Formats: sequence, structure tokens, C-alpha cells
Amino acid sequence: MAELEQRGDRTPAPAKWEYASAPESREIVNLQERYGLFVGGEFIEPRSGEYYRTLDPSSEEPLAEIPQAGAEDVALAVSTARDAFEDGWSAAAPAERAKYLYRIARILQERSREFAVLESLNGGKPIRESRDVDLPLAAAHFFYYAGWADKLEYAFPHRRPKSLGVAGQIIPWNFPLLMLAWKIAPALAAGNTVVLKPAETTPLSALLFCDVLRQAELPPGVVNIITGDGATGAALVKSDVDKIAFTGSTEVGKAIQRELAGAGKKLTLELGGKAANIIFDDCALDQAVEGIVNGIYFNQGHVCCAGSRLLVQESIYEPLIEKLKRRLTTLRVGDPLDKNTDVGAINSRQQLEKIEELVAAGKEEGAEIYQPPCRLPEKGYWFIPTVFTNVAQSYRIAQEEIFGPVLSVLTFRTPDEAIEKANNTPYGLSAGVWTEKGSRILWMAQRLEAGVIWANTYNRFDPASPFGGYKESGFGREGGRHGLEPYLDFDGAEAFGG
Amino acid sequence: MAQAPALPTGFELPLEPRLPRIGSVDQVAVEARATDLSRRSIKREAKLFALDLAVRMMDLTTLEGADTPGKVAALASKAMRPDPSDASIPSVAAVCVYPNLVQTARERVGDSGVKVASVATAFPSGQSPTDLKVAEARRVVELGADEVDMVIDRGAFLAGRYAKVYDEIVQVKEAIGETHLKVILEVGELGTYDNVRRASLLAIAAGADFIKTSTGKLSSSATLPVTLVMLEAIRDVFEETGRRVGMKPAGGIRNAKQAVQTLVLVHETLGLDWLTPDLFRFGASSLLNDVLMQIRKEKTGKYQSPDYFTID
Repeated sequence: MAELEQRGDRTPAPAKWEYASAPESREIVNLQERYGLFVGGEFIEPRSGEYYRTLDPSSEEPLAEIPQAGAEDVALAVSTARDAFEDGWSAAAPAERAKYLYRIARILQERSREFAVLESLNGGKPIRESRDVDLPLAAAHFFYYAGWADKLEYAFPHRRPKSLGVAGQIIPWNFPLLMLAWKIAPALAAGNTVVLKPAETTPLSALLFCDVLRQAELPPGVVNIITGDGATGAALVKSDVDKIAFTGSTEVGKAIQRELAGAGKKLTLELGGKAANIIFDDCALDQAVEGIVNGIYFNQGHVCCAGSRLLVQESIYEPLIEKLKRRLTTLRVGDPLDKNTDVGAINSRQQLEKIEELVAAGKEEGAEIYQPPCRLPEKGYWFIPTVFTNVAQSYRIAQEEIFGPVLSVLTFRTPDEAIEKANNTPYGLSAGVWTEKGSRILWMAQRLEAGVIWANTYNRFDPASPFGGYKESGFGREGGRHGLEPYLDFDGAEAFGG
Repeated sequence: MAQAPALPTGFELPLEPRLPRIGSVDQVAVEARATDLSRRSIKREAKLFALDLAVRMMDLTTLEGADTPGKVAALASKAMRPDPSDASIPSVAAVCVYPNLVQTARERVGDSGVKVASVATAFPSGQSPTDLKVAEARRVVELGADEVDMVIDRGAFLAGRYAKVYDEIVQVKEAIGETHLKVILEVGELGTYDNVRRASLLAIAAGADFIKTSTGKLSSSATLPVTLVMLEAIRDVFEETGRRVGMKPAGGIRNAKQAVQTLVLVHETLGLDWLTPDLFRFGASSLLNDVLMQIRKEKTGKYQSPDYFTID
């Protein structure tokens, strides 16, 4: 009960109203002590003989032992995928492929609570997000690409689409299951087999997904999941695959591109970003504040398309920043499994150190820091939602991807200046525009160098909408009809004049 | 009270330079935000706290053509002692009635602390000449009302005659003096969130102590997004001027869960300061019994039959 604070003869307002904790139960998740590599439809021990521990980043509690796949393990997984491709999957009727994808989608929906809890447990993201965003979207991707599987000729008129063979896929730790869905669904719809490596810190949902594959009776070897660190990923890149799809840091993406130069393998890269979220003075202010918060504090800012650079029209700067600071005081940081948590744990110690290093740089360069009063748990990896004002375009916090809950605020005066500042970055993944003027949204969208542009919203995803970057944010598109193309070859492609 | 300043025919409100710009509301985003907040999980002591607060904030209402002294007397008794079997249940904030029943309500609540609120100004439509509306407001105060719930002239508002709407509020305020004034926007007739925001700021500028969503006579009334839009208008005025304006959602809030969701909205939009009957009320008739039932469930762990709660 709240203590009451007396104020004159009026009815006093309460001094506090603390929401009782409302944790989602962990019981639904059955963790094994030790996992194997999923190759040919079975969990097998790694030939490398090595294991590492995966943690709950909110408590640093070890969750399970995970195999560290070596080059030999990777080669086995790839040859298994190759056999599965040649022994039937490439010749299977397209409607058959669709059938499995629909099954997977349905099972993901049925088991969504289990997956959501596991995703929050292993990744640190709030259950509210894994429940309401990650899981529904992952299932939606499988549903969406199931629909394309037997309609590829219609997707690419006058071209003859043909599957590639084996796709090697490497995914990041920020949306483990959703990124898996983005990768596996189009690859299978296009008739390929897959070797996928989840991120080192978040392998558990991918390993639970193997159970879904078995439940769906997907033929063995069509999807293989191998776990490990960067060395495993490097081995997969070098292996006998026909295509590499990578989502992760720009640094690693560049290394992959160097490695594959001249190798004749197809490549798509979805890399970092430093997106401009642009606020014009005629926008709906309170909703823009929500969009800013959703843009940078969603998933602790571990989002490649996060709206990490806020460009505010100077005429609205003060009231907007006041509103934003006030809103930050209502963010609830803490236990990822609590249904009322808005911001969860940072994914790993390594990532926390990177955030801390860049924030220290921001302070040193002269930016003004704001952090709401906030009590963080003692164990685990945490960072308070942070806003930097007084940021110059030249500061590191305005240039480099922080990949954490840290917002850099800059100002502009005119639409031209907004474009100039927004595009002044090596990245080009996404951008946000907030204005009540429809014509200005279109004008901005034509000029912003970014693969995804949101108008009066932020961080919205749909499987039907292609996603991908300009410049150092990568190439290739995922999602939509465009997302099929990187997984297909085209016979006599342009000869038909399509 | 000063004469209302003359207004141009456009949308130039006589707002102080320091009042917030009128601005706009994004429908998709405001609905998404309200949905997000409605998913807060409020349990155990946090829930009990909210339910107790909801009782203390309630304007227990009957606004029917069939209202009689008997009906209103029963309602007033319920207002003072909502649950005779549980002494820890506080009395509600007010009873809200038609002008003809103000005296009955006044006599029954006595000096219990429960206020008497009366609707006025040709409730619910507001389609009467201004002088009659002002006279009606003055008269309900003479009859013993502590609070006046007036309606705005939606016909004038939708025709763009904002000055008329503004003038009427100013005149009613002048006529009732210190008596607490709640201004009903009837959001279900305003059509857009932008209009809700405009009408909110206009009513506040004209002197409203509270802004209130609805008459309860329409099916579309105090939804969470509408409430959020009005709370944000109140917040903007507070941040710009330091003036605290109250909020009263009315109509459509029928169960305890909706009441708790609404209080979460207030808490996370305006903060703890607004969690008092001085600045927040629920206008409702059937809500009270559901809240009482939930309180008893929280205390005993069991649901009891509705037969144990009085129907008044």
C-alpha cells in the first residue's frame, strides 16, 4: 500500500504505486544440460569435442553447454545438406515444400509461449517483446514464404527460377529466432537446403527449433543447425556452400566479402546501421516521442535499424527533449521475464563493454548525458537508457553504431539540412520521418539513402515488406518477393526480356 | 470574471503565449500506445491499491428519464457506504444526477463528504440557447450541487464556431463561481483524435476544472486512446503553465479491469499527482459493483456471488 503524502486540505495523492512483480513462468521451458549439433535430423556430438556455456545475461547464470563446431563438423553438416538437396529436396514438388513451411509456422504459433520465454531467458529481451513481436513475426515469415513456394514462376515472370543448392546462413544474437525465420523460410521456399549457425551467445531457440523441424517431419538434412563462435562461422563461409547469407556487424561482413571474392558463391549481407530518426516541428509530438523510444530502446537498442541518431527540427527541440526525458523516467528496466519490463538486459559482457566505451567517449567529446533515475539489478549485464544531447555530427556517438540503449540527439533547421545530415554516414539501413505533411514524407523518402524508411512510426516489420541496406549496411533484401531472389538462380535470365 | 476576448473565425484560440501549440494526434500511434499500456500486468497489492483508488474516484451516476427521488436516495446511500459488509471500503467521490434530483441527493449525502454533481446546460445535447444553459447551471448550484458537469455545444464546435463553444464555457464558469466545473466534450461526436485534443485545450483555456469524455448517452465513449489524448493535453497545459486540470472518463467503463487499465494510463502519463479524486474521476453506474467484487476477491481469494452486492 502506498504511503500518503499530505498536501493542504486536498485529498492527498499517493507517494508511490509499485506494480507487483508479474513474472512469466520459466517452467514451460525444458533445458537440457548439454546440446548436440543438429545434422541430418539428429543431435550429434561435435567431432571437435569442444563445448562452451551459454548464459542468462540477466543473471549470468549458466543455462546449458553448447557444442563448438569445428571445421570437420561444418564440413559434415554441409555435405549432409548437399545430400539432402540432391536426394530429393530439389526434386520435391513445390507444394510439398509449402506444406512443411506451413507446418513449421503452425507449430511455432502453438509453442509460442515456450519460445518466447526461452528467447527472453537466453537473450535478455523483455518477454513483452519476445511474446508480442519476435514470435508472431517469426511464424508470419514461415506462413508468408510457404505461400510463395509453389508460385516462384509467378514471382519472377519470364525468368526461370532454379534453386541454388546449399545455403550457409549466419545470424546475430539480437533477434535469434526471428533472424532464423528470415533466413530459413525463403531458403526452403526456393528449394534449397540449409546449414545455419546461430549466434554464439543465443543458440537455445535455434536448438529448440530443431524439435519443431522434427515435429513437422521435415526430411532429415534439409535444415542443419551448427553452433559455435566466429571460427565456426568462418569455417562455414569457407565451406562448400552455394550461398552465404550473413546478418551481423559491418566489420565481419567486410571480412566475409573479402573471403568470398571470386569464389563464385552468392552473398547477401545485412549489416550495421546508424539510422536517422527525423522529427519535424509539425509532427504529432507525443506520438513521435513514443516512436523515438520505440526506435532506440526497443530490444535494448540491439537493433541494426535502431533510430540511434535523432534529428530534431530546432524549433521543436526543447519541448520534445523535455517530453522525451519525462518519458524515459517511466521506462521499466529489469527482469526480462517480468511482463511489465520495458527494457531488459544487455546481451553479453562484451556488448556491455562496447556500449560503456562509446558512452565514455561521448562524455569526453563534450556531449551532455541524461539518464533517468533507475535501480539496476546487481547481477547480469545492464545499461540505463541514455540520451546524449549537444551532439556534433563529428562525435563518435554520432558516427559509430553503439548497438545499445543510447540515443544521440542532433538538430536541423530545414528539410534540406535534415537530408544532408541523415545521409552523412557510411551506413544506410533505415530512417524515420515524423511529420503531418504527406508530401514531405514522399519528398524525404526519395532523398534518404536508406533501405527502409518509416513514416510516423518506427521498427515496424512485415514479412511482405523487403528489408535491407544501402552502402555499408549491406546488400540483398530479405522479406517480400525480393527476399526470394538471393536464393534462386535464373536460367537465361534476361534473355526473355523480362 | 473578465469578458471573454473576441476571437477571429479561424482556429486562433485565445491561448496564452505560454500555452502549448495545439498540435495534432497520430491515430495509429496513439492507439498502439494505449494498447501497450493496457497490457501492464497489475496484480495483488498493486491491484488492490488501484481498486481502492477507483472507489474513491467514482462519480456514481444515474441519468435516466425514469430517475425518481427513491432511486437517487438509494444511490446516494450506496455512494456513502458502497459495501456495508466491509468497513474498509471508502465512500465514492460524488453522486452525479439530473438537476431535478439535486436536492434529494443533497439531503441524503448530508455532510458525509460525498459531493453532489449535477449535469447542466441542456444535457446531453447542449442544443439550447446560451442564456438558458447559463441559467440552468446557476440554478443547479442554488439547488445544492457542489459540481457542475456541463456539455459543450458540439454543433458549434463541428461547424468551426470555436468562439461560441469557448464563450459558453466562460459564461457558465462565471455563473457558478467557485463551484467545480467539469466540461463534457462528448468525444463520440467529435470524430477525430485531433478534435478531441482541440476541444480539450479549448475547454481548459476557457476555465474547465475537469475535462470529461462523454455523456454516457452514446455507444462510443471513454476508450483508452481517447482518455490518453485528453491526458496528454492536460500534461501539456501543466508543463507549460503549472496548472493542474482534472480528468473524468465517463461511459463505457464497466468493469474493474478497465478501471485499472485507465489508472495505469494516468499513472504513466501524468504521474502520481493525478491519482487523487481531486484530479481524476470515473463517471460510471455499473462499475462500482464489479470493483467491490474484485476487492473482495483479492482479499479473500474467492469470487462471491453478485447476490452479495447491493443493486441500487
